[in-house]
Amino acid sequence: MKFSGFKVVKEALTGHAGWKPLWRDPDPQPAYDIVIVGGGGHGLATAFYLASVFREQRVAVLEKGWLGSGNIGRNTTIIRSNYLLPGNEPFYEFSMKLWESLEQETNFNSMVSQRGIINLIHTDAQRDAYRRRGNAMLLAGADARLLDREALRKLVPFLNYDNPRFPIKGGLMQARAGTARHDGVAWGYARGADQRGVDIIQNCEVTGFRIENGKVLGVDTSRGFIGAAKVGVAVAGNSSRVMSMAGMRLPIESHVLQAFVSEGLKPTIPGVITFGAGHFYVSQSDKGGLVFGGDIDGYNSYAQRGNLPVVEDVLEGGMALMPMIGRARLLRSWGGVMDMSMDGSPIIDRTDIDGLYFNGGWCYGGFKATPASGYAFAHLLSTDTPHPTATAYRFDRFARGYVIDEKGVGAQPNLH
Amino acid sequence: MTRLSTGGLIDRETQLRFSFNGRSYTGHPGDTLASALLANGVQLVGRSFKYHRPRGVFAAGSEEPNAMVELRSGARQEPNTRATVAELFDGLVARSQNHVGSLERDLLAINDLFAPFLAAGFYYKTFMWPKAFWEKLYEPAIRRAAGLGTLSMRPDPDSYDKGFLHCDLLVIGAGAAGLAAALTAGRAGAQVVLAEEDFQLGGRLLSERDSLDGAEASLWVTKMREELQSLANVRLMPRTTVFGAYDHGIYGAVERVADHLPTPGDRVRQSLWRIRAKRAILAAGAIERHIPFAENDRPGIMLAGAMRAYANRWAVTPLKNATDRVAVFTNGDDGHRTALDLMAHGVPVLGVIDTRADAPRFGDYRLFAGATITGTKGRHGLTAIQITQGSKAAWYSVGALGVAGGWNPNVHLASHHRGRPVWDEGVLAFLPGPNGPHGLIPVGAAAGKGGVANALADGMQGAITALGQIGLAAKPIPLPQAENTPATQEAFWHVPGRRRAWVDFQNDVTVKDIALAHKENMRSVEHLKRWTTLGMATDQGKTSNISALAVMAELTGKTIPQTGTTMFRPPYTGVSLAVLGGGDTGPHFRPKRLTPTHYWASARGASFIEVGPWMRAQFFPQPGETHWRHSVDREVLAVRAGVGICDVTTLGKIDVQGADAGEFLNRVYANMMGTLKVGMVRYGLMLREDGHAYDDGTCARLAEDHFIVTTTTANAAGVYRQLEFFRQCVWPDLDVQLISTTDAWAQIAVAGPKSRMLLQRVVDDADISNAAFPFMACRALTICGGLRARLFRISFSGELAYELAVPARYGHALMERLMEQGADLGVTPYGTEALGVLRIEKGHAAGAELNGQTTAQMLGLGRMVSAKKDSVGAIMSRREGLAGDKRRLVGLKPVTAQTPVAAGSHLFTRRAVQDMANDQGWVTSACYSPHLESYIALGFLEDGENRLGEVITAANPLEGQEVAVEVVSAHFVDPDGGRLRD
Amino acid sequence: MLIPHPLLGPRDAQEFIYLGDATLMHRPDATRPDAEAAFCDYVFLRHNPAGVHRELWFHEAGDRSWLVVTRNTVTHEIIGAELACDVKLGVTQ
Repeated sequence: MKFSGFKVVKEALTGHAGWKPLWRDPDPQPAYDIVIVGGGGHGLATAFYLASVFREQRVAVLEKGWLGSGNIGRNTTIIRSNYLLPGNEPFYEFSMKLWESLEQETNFNSMVSQRGIINLIHTDAQRDAYRRRGNAMLLAGADARLLDREALRKLVPFLNYDNPRFPIKGGLMQARAGTARHDGVAWGYARGADQRGVDIIQNCEVTGFRIENGKVLGVDTSRGFIGAAKVGVAVAGNSSRVMSMAGMRLPIESHVLQAFVSEGLKPTIPGVITFGAGHFYVSQSDKGGLVFGGDIDGYNSYAQRGNLPVVEDVLEGGMALMPMIGRARLLRSWGGVMDMSMDGSPIIDRTDIDGLYFNGGWCYGGFKATPASGYAFAHLLSTDTPHPTATAYRFDRFARGYVIDEKGVGAQPNLH
Repeated sequence: MTRLSTGGLIDRETQLRFSFNGRSYTGHPGDTLASALLANGVQLVGRSFKYHRPRGVFAAGSEEPNAMVELRSGARQEPNTRATVAELFDGLVARSQNHVGSLERDLLAINDLFAPFLAAGFYYKTFMWPKAFWEKLYEPAIRRAAGLGTLSMRPDPDSYDKGFLHCDLLVIGAGAAGLAAALTAGRAGAQVVLAEEDFQLGGRLLSERDSLDGAEASLWVTKMREELQSLANVRLMPRTTVFGAYDHGIYGAVERVADHLPTPGDRVRQSLWRIRAKRAILAAGAIERHIPFAENDRPGIMLAGAMRAYANRWAVTPLKNATDRVAVFTNGDDGHRTALDLMAHGVPVLGVIDTRADAPRFGDYRLFAGATITGTKGRHGLTAIQITQGSKAAWYSVGALGVAGGWNPNVHLASHHRGRPVWDEGVLAFLPGPNGPHGLIPVGAAAGKGGVANALADGMQGAITALGQIGLAAKPIPLPQAENTPATQEAFWHVPGRRRAWVDFQNDVTVKDIALAHKENMRSVEHLKRWTTLGMATDQGKTSNISALAVMAELTGKTIPQTGTTMFRPPYTGVSLAVLGGGDTGPHFRPKRLTPTHYWASARGASFIEVGPWMRAQFFPQPGETHWRHSVDREVLAVRAGVGICDVTTLGKIDVQGADAGEFLNRVYANMMGTLKVGMVRYGLMLREDGHAYDDGTCARLAEDHFIVTTTTANAAGVYRQLEFFRQCVWPDLDVQLISTTDAWAQIAVAGPKSRMLLQRVVDDADISNAAFPFMACRALTICGGLRARLFRISFSGELAYELAVPARYGHALMERLMEQGADLGVTPYGTEALGVLRIEKGHAAGAELNGQTTAQMLGLGRMVSAKKDSVGAIMSRREGLAGDKRRLVGLKPVTAQTPVAAGSHLFTRRAVQDMANDQGWVTSACYSPHLESYIALGFLEDGENRLGEVITAANPLEGQEVAVEVVSAHFVDPDGGRLRD
Repeated sequence: MLIPHPLLGPRDAQEFIYLGDATLMHRPDATRPDAEAAFCDYVFLRHNPAGVHRELWFHEAGDRSWLVVTRNTVTHEIIGAELACDVKLGVTQ
């Protein structure tokens, strides 16, 4: 079934009798060519590109809960490609380009909205660092603009420019950045993959890998053994747990990141804004809620919930930056498990076990990477070679000394 | 008027004026905005989110989905305020929200006509063509239509505060169960906090006609309040919502200190409390649910329990016209109470429509047993309902309808730690599960134990149990005589039908939407929520979630517990963003650290700059200087030609003592430190364990077992932490002690060819001649006639220079003394800008070069990493990726001296295509050098050490600049270091 | 969260800075032949358990002691806290 305005009108006039399930609920086949573990954003995107671009015929996605229940279901929906380092920037720009044509490819409105992101500048040193970054973005074919105070004021007049503690001196803007409706991304990929023959199997938890002579044969699941020539793991929030079943330790720690949404408000904030002197970033959803977040809580956690100090820290930043939001109310807060890697950058690579592939360590930046991560992982799974934009995301970069450390804080995951 | 002539907990003697949508009304103290509006016959109070349906007050508490207003005006405008909890005050101004044009004639009500096109998830299926129209056309239109209330866009003028409370027992909710718990614990001498979201204690006791000890319940409540107030160990906190249960018995609460006043005056508006409770009692009661039926969203239809509350507590009938009648729709005994209460107040009652065929009768009213409601009429207020009994359907004119679908225990806080609530087939509701927050005990209606007698006993027992767990003995207290009202009901969840039956009022989710979600395979609860937006409105589905689950369960043929529950997450109700920030905004956003010479510099007109938490003097403008460069150039030249002084206190200082201090420093510095002679200083480089450069500074040896380590300003805390880590966690066997002395010593740099001359005038009797006190010497001495001080002959500027440290409280005086003594030498105070220029001229690395991504080799310090010993990071610095990195720190000088180079420019070979593949490095720091009369810069360049003399391009496409620069030594000034040693 | 400081009693976690896995106390011997591999393992790889985790917290806004805290990463329950130097010196387990 193709979605369109015409279809919506037709169904409205005929009592919505013709809508079909967005995806099937198939029983698992005994074996597949490729099994993706994890029905979150990255897993579903991988399946979609495996089927649509790489023409893989026998693909399954195994999800222990409901599809889209990973971090794709709880994030702050920001998409951007404003990275500094050559290991990262081309990959995220590739992702940005995939975002720009996502809805036409999946025939599903994921509400990709390029309303821009502005990183605020409060010190001369910050301006120098952002100039280096903005130039790196341009050199990688992305867009970037350095805004002075007055140009910034025209775009976002409601900020507290003369904050007595850290006045705003300008900003680095990426106009093509923005937000996307996070669940819509998962659903668009899921529906697109399902239509192309991928079996998406919900409520199917992987309980072990079957490995013989250094080669993976398939996975044991809560719904029995499923054979696979190749197994790709994309289980953000559970990477260490799942890979430990294959005997691996990862350069990853899991931390909790809280995020917040306010009650619905009429249009208030045009794009995405990030504070440069505290931990606060914000955008407004199409439904009207201010969606915002800040720093991770800072301790290892799988609890999917955080604590008050970070809530306070985030709103101290929010109120210092835009004191006009004070009388809005917090509607909901939640916590997601972030697989924080040792250099703050992800891994898309083969493992030492033949046929077992890993995609993870996205820290709190996985959402924006969803399309490129799926594409690059599909590329690796199907062709056994890394996608050209993802060649740096190897496991051995840590041992060999080629870390991709945007923040320059070293092997301390809670600082990335 | 529809105010009853008697009764209610309102002060009828006092009139409060207020306005709604520009019309003036009056109410009384004790009213909420909702009760006052109803008392004035105002039924239509808002519009729904999606279809802009006319809506009236639905509930009597914080679960209200419909009656949302913009409260107050100007910068205090407060969107999405629930009229049902807004306490009335004189002069209150409120407006309805989310409509275009008037509330009565909302132009966007047209959405309702198009409702078939706007079914659940419609927007995911359209608006995709043409592509460019999303941001330009569709989305702006959607955004304008969406949202609810409006922010004033002006800074919040009120102040906020936060605080900590500690107690043995936190009691959440002051209804029957909460009051019994608080009094039990209070009399036992425990430290008790009783938090109640309402402005009056009593909970449902105020809304029902239950009697306690044969008298009105409110009399008992008053007695309880008075006794609790008299107990010093009990803190009563009305107007306080406990919004979240956090780890280890910490609860977040907001006290609305001044929301019931026209303006806060000199008080804070709200306070955020972090309550650390050894145990907590959840006595938050229950929230009534409704029964979806066709066209069930008209103003005038409300929860039956809310109807009782308005009649009993606020003496308000839900009727617009006194001549109308009220009906009640119920699936259990509870709805009958509403009919009885209204009749007792003299309100005409059509009857009770009970879904049960064998419905009991409790009084003299018409009973429609085994009946349902299958339709309603009335555009802006209910006028008629259709009652279907068996095959017979008939219309009845009514002015209001109460709906009683059963009560959901308020399990919200009990589920904040992700423990799932458990379905109870007996009470037909989810009860708090076994995995709630540690130490939280649900009691009374919140635990599914409804009825006043049950609640009182359970509250008391809960307190005894809780205190027992922390070793405090509490005795049972005498409880008042009370009864439990009959509360049987049947599992009847919605009235089937073809017309729209609302489940979630605010977000306009109907039974049909749930059916559509089911059809489209959005069947898991989370998919249902996300596809239909059910439960995502400001009420977080408090009145709708269970009904929706029941409908989905029916469609899938599963039970309700099989269908699942959704997660409950903080906050319990909306919390203003301002109070979560507390008072830590504006100038108080972060603490300011001031240097010992701050006020001295301030008095001299210095311009200050934020350096992390510090405020540092940036430069000292003199009369006639109109541009910061004038001041900075003058300060730089003064240092190079004469003597300048600068406060460098912010650099970290760590005192390292002990027999093994040398060995310890050998292990934490990349270079050798143990061999340093007493009385000497050495430059030191620290690596992170991953081999990258971390921090640099100096290390001075004052005695065999006494060193002083200095760090950069930015890393002062981090280096100290790292050294303590190695001392305590890795090598606790070493005899070494550390203390951070950054704040203890004021440190002043005295730099320039005349610096020794100046210092000789303040030093008491020490010989600081070049021979006696050479470059990199240090010693403890006295100055100014006996003041203990430390002198280090070190230089950041490249000139003959010293740093002089005195106890911090003498920093200001020392600065004054140096100025006075150096007047004839032209002593010049300089700030961070000049400091920066001087260090770039000398080629010293600072934050832009030591940015955590660079290596010792890149900084030209590769040889400092000693191969003779193990030290932190040494092994890892030898990995191929680091050892093979050919980028080197170089100096860059524009071919035309007056062309500025921007830090952050990228470096390219001349005429190379400027793209990422050809990127050769970047400019880290840049400035104008008044000494060289040229712009200069530092940068990292591929193979830089072999490219001196080459002209390359510094490209800054971001600002459209491209500058030809010559690669030179990073040491622009005195490359041989002769000046340092003179 | 509250950290049960062995010397100071329960202290708000906000007073502490978190470092991570307590295995960081076991810095490899730099003289061993496979030192580089051992350091890579030490610096970068983690068990990252969902459950009981021994981890290092620094009482930065307090007495500046490093603690080994045993905490459940799923429930956040704290099972114990010891002075890191005692642990390292074998005074406690």
